[in-house]
Amino acid sequence: MCWYFGQEMTEDIENIITKYRQGRREDLIPLLQEIQERLGHLPEEAIIRVGSHLGLSTTKIYGLATFYDQFRFIPSGRIHISVCHGTSCFMNGSQGIIDKLTEELKTAPGQTSRNGNFSFDIVTCMGGCYHGPVITVNDEYHIHVSQDQIPELIRKLKYIIEND
Amino acid sequence: MLFTIHVNNRKIKAEKGETILSALNRNGIIIPTLCRMKEFTPTGACRMCVVEVEGKERLVTACSQPVEEWMRIRTHSPRVITARKTIVELLLSNHPDDCLYCDRNLNCELQNLSEELNIRERRIKGKKIKPRLDQSSPAIVRELAKCILCGRCVRVCEEVITCTSLDFINRGGQTHIGTAMDKDFNFSSCIQCGQCVLVCPTGALHEKYNITEVQEYLNKHDVVKAIQYSPFVPAGIAEELGIRYNKDFDKNLNAILRKIGFDKVYSTGTGTDICISELADQLSAKLEKNDESPLYITACPAWVKFAEQSMPDIIPCLSTVKSPQQIAGVLIKTMVAGQLKVQPDKIFSVSVSPCMAMKYEARRDGMMRKGISDVDSVLTVRELARLIRLYGIDVYNTAREPADEPLAGRSSSAVLAELSGGLAEGVVRLVSYRLSGKEPDRQLLKKIRGSGSFRDCTVKAGGTEIRVAVVDGLTGLEKLTNALQAGTKYNLVEVMACPGGCIHGGGLPKIASRDDLKNRARLIWQSDETEAISIPEKSPSFLSLCDKLANENMEISDKRIFHTHFERKDVLL
Repeated sequence: MCWYFGQEMTEDIENIITKYRQGRREDLIPLLQEIQERLGHLPEEAIIRVGSHLGLSTTKIYGLATFYDQFRFIPSGRIHISVCHGTSCFMNGSQGIIDKLTEELKTAPGQTSRNGNFSFDIVTCMGGCYHGPVITVNDEYHIHVSQDQIPELIRKLKYIIEND
Repeated sequence: MLFTIHVNNRKIKAEKGETILSALNRNGIIIPTLCRMKEFTPTGACRMCVVEVEGKERLVTACSQPVEEWMRIRTHSPRVITARKTIVELLLSNHPDDCLYCDRNLNCELQNLSEELNIRERRIKGKKIKPRLDQSSPAIVRELAKCILCGRCVRVCEEVITCTSLDFINRGGQTHIGTAMDKDFNFSSCIQCGQCVLVCPTGALHEKYNITEVQEYLNKHDVVKAIQYSPFVPAGIAEELGIRYNKDFDKNLNAILRKIGFDKVYSTGTGTDICISELADQLSAKLEKNDESPLYITACPAWVKFAEQSMPDIIPCLSTVKSPQQIAGVLIKTMVAGQLKVQPDKIFSVSVSPCMAMKYEARRDGMMRKGISDVDSVLTVRELARLIRLYGIDVYNTAREPADEPLAGRSSSAVLAELSGGLAEGVVRLVSYRLSGKEPDRQLLKKIRGSGSFRDCTVKAGGTEIRVAVVDGLTGLEKLTNALQAGTKYNLVEVMACPGGCIHGGGLPKIASRDDLKNRARLIWQSDETEAISIPEKSPSFLSLCDKLANENMEISDKRIFHTHFERKDVLL
């Protein structure tokens, strides 16, 4: 995940897109996933470029990408937290974690904090139903999280960012 | 192959391969549908048409299930009725209850279903959708709160218009219909054709109203209120008001419009004649120079926008002629203003059109002269019908009055232009008349009157061969591109965004099936066959107009005002 714009981003998008054959619609999701992996989000520019490469309308691509929780359209923060909101995690209190995170980070789910340090998303299932609630912090899994642990976690993460 | 099935303990005949719904409908059994559109593959999304089939555990959707020989169907069993009722109740659970103020009041499919299924209370309470009103487009308004997510607009935009400006955004409870990046409509690739409005079952999509604006000006005494209407408008009004249409109704409409308070009533048909004449000039010039590139007719504003955004390569081949409405509009603001001895800004010029994109065209860049727009306000046929009702006019007891000169008469080619292929026919007729000096047979281009989305033919006009292609609905563009790539040369190409042409425009009353469209087309062919003048340049209005034009100042007499420019548009495709 990185934090950049402009020429460099355009080149990155281009490098990824040229790996895929033109006009093959079935490549859409892998292509979007790769761009998201590289850029941390799907910028408008990438969607337009993918559309012209695969012969799809941007509306269709946007419609598809919004269907899946894995895609985001605003840059993610330096630290990206995903909270599982699947049935099992929900039963074990993931809503409390979401509320606590919103309060601590002063950021709504799906948004990025103003200083670009934090972003958090709600995802539907991470496949760790036995260990719920599950959250990931920059792809590192935390299991059996309770909402009381959140302030401590955020404090630690802020400390890491400040001393990075 | 016919076989017998049992429906509600009665035997009916069904055909192999058809759906349950079509077998039922043919035998006079009506079941409600919602997401279904004729001529489209069924989706079975709304589940309104469910029926009970004995031996099947679950209810099946009649619109998508093929009928089979062993079937015993119950269409109105308690289980089926409960299921349908629940579906409508769920649709209503988050629907705003403002039917009284809605565009589609008394004409709404959801309202009808709710009435048919005898829903008398709000049993299920859902969280109301956050109302979002998108008025950014010059022609179409989206009211997302009223959307029931049937997906008809999405399918029409993708499969009929090929623009794909709309799609489902997000999922689950957050799903809504939106454009790319969920931006407002004016940033999207929408070409304002209005086909989505024609299929919307509720009031979620409707035209941008100009009625209030028109009313406001009708009350002003220091302006001249001029109105022009397209040749198909009288028939559309008759359809909307439920009157039997005959040819005299055109004259009645003139009287009706004067009763409403318009000072001058003009016919857009005269503008069409000029449009055809200008196009014929451009075509003749191309033919003389042996220019092989096709001349694209630009009378359909939706097609023009499509070309500008999706096919920028052909912009140099687009003719520069404005659409008939704009030609008539600019004449009203220049020549008529001079005749009436009023300043152009003291004329309020309204146009009534079966088209929704005309609302957009009237606001286009280049449709203005010295800061005064050619047409001030565009009403759809539906809006004019509303205006007629609003002013309480008895349409049955009106006199027959002629339209006002100099834009009163028209040739039958101008009527034909409302059909897909008609404008091309008019242009070829005129070129042939100019070359040979005698009136060509009215059936000269009969070959081009088919029903496919792409039609072409070659005509001999006074020794010259003219190759004409007609694209009927934007789905035909693919075939045109293929033909051009294969090396076929065309001299004249007419493209209409709506399948069928202006008779299927977004501003006309909603039609149930293709048969209604055929009836509309028949009306037009009839008037083309029976009317005396078929050549635009023989129409008396056109001739007197040309005489007057010659006496005007340079800019008008050399017909520059009838032309505009087109340029590449950057939108999110």
